[in-house]
Amino acid sequence: MNPVNYLYLAALLFTIGAAGVLIRRNAIVIFMCVELMLNACNLAFVTFSRLHGNLDGQIIAFFTMVVAAAEVVVGLAIIVTIFRSRHSASVDDAGLLKL
Amino acid sequence: MNASSPVVSSLAASAASTTSTGEAVQFWILAVVAVLGALGAVFMRQAVHSALSLAGTMIVLAVFYLANGAYFLGVVQIVVYTGAIMMLFLFVVMLVGVTAADSLKETIKGQRWLAALCVLGFGTLLMAGIANASLKEWNGIGRANAGGNVEGLAALLFTKYVFAFEITGALLITAAVGAMVLTHRERTERAATQRELAERRIREGKQITPLPAPGVYARHNAVDIPGLLPDGTTSDLTVSPTLRARGQVRDVSGEALDDLAALEQRSGDWQERGRSEDAGAKGAGK
Repeated sequence: MNPVNYLYLAALLFTIGAAGVLIRRNAIVIFMCVELMLNACNLAFVTFSRLHGNLDGQIIAFFTMVVAAAEVVVGLAIIVTIFRSRHSASVDDAGLLKL
Repeated sequence: MNASSPVVSSLAASAASTTSTGEAVQFWILAVVAVLGALGAVFMRQAVHSALSLAGTMIVLAVFYLANGAYFLGVVQIVVYTGAIMMLFLFVVMLVGVTAADSLKETIKGQRWLAALCVLGFGTLLMAGIANASLKEWNGIGRANAGGNVEGLAALLFTKYVFAFEITGALLITAAVGAMVLTHRERTERAATQRELAERRIREGKQITPLPAPGVYARHNAVDIPGLLPDGTTSDLTVSPTLRARGQVRDVSGEALDDLAALEQRSGDWQERGRSEDAGAKGAGK
């Protein structure tokens, strides 16, 4: 097997995540799909690291994980705040940047 | 790639063109699991099920990282992603989205078909791009990992990428402060006193007394058993609306009525027997 298959899998997972972002309405599920896309990118980075034979790809994947953690903290805080004021986690209801 | 340069030719000597059969088997089995988990995350109705599917996909990805020689990242993936991030997601889902079922009604006409079309085109382009690269040989991670994966990563992180690392620290602090600012609620008015609360309750006139307790006196005191009204029917006020919404209310009113009926039956039998014994005694007396 060629490790390029990992890249195909990463592309497939990224595409599925993008589909989720486009189709779903629940803000939390959309957010989970974004996480899936980030994870797919990480898999591609780790595979590139192996293909190139150096560790730079793994460093980039590591930074992606850190940024994803920070993003989740802020994003979930925003979702909780919106839910508190609107009693709904649907992105259709939050059409305006005001309450 | 210029194969005539000495560096490249020495790399090409160490380059491989296929992985072990074990890794291939592992890939084809776990890739199916990963894709199924991703599809589950997208298409499950309940947000909790989506989160659990995604956690499964992330664990599979951790195994793939380990298989690709990224030992540190594999462990970090399990600890940070499945351990911390997904549990944070589950926490917020429990806080926010359990009762709010996702509506399947389309608000933008034809959005799903357009989304499917876009995703299909995007995926095709991505796959075609990878296939077009036609990578046949690669340098394994073995030489880079020779001094240890964690040591190699640390050496890179604190030399070449040290500024990115420092900026990451600033990012994390900003995120922590941002989360606190977003979830903090400033008290804009004075807290109402007990007297004001009582007056407001009388003015609204909805439920002046405290709500009646759940349970049936001297028989059950569980919170999911509604109290009984004098006529034997259950009272909705006595159980929490959450339990009612979940359909987890146990109704034992029938039980009490059955017990009563059985008691009446027994006492009736007893009286009947007493009467017949009396009659027998009278008959013997005659």
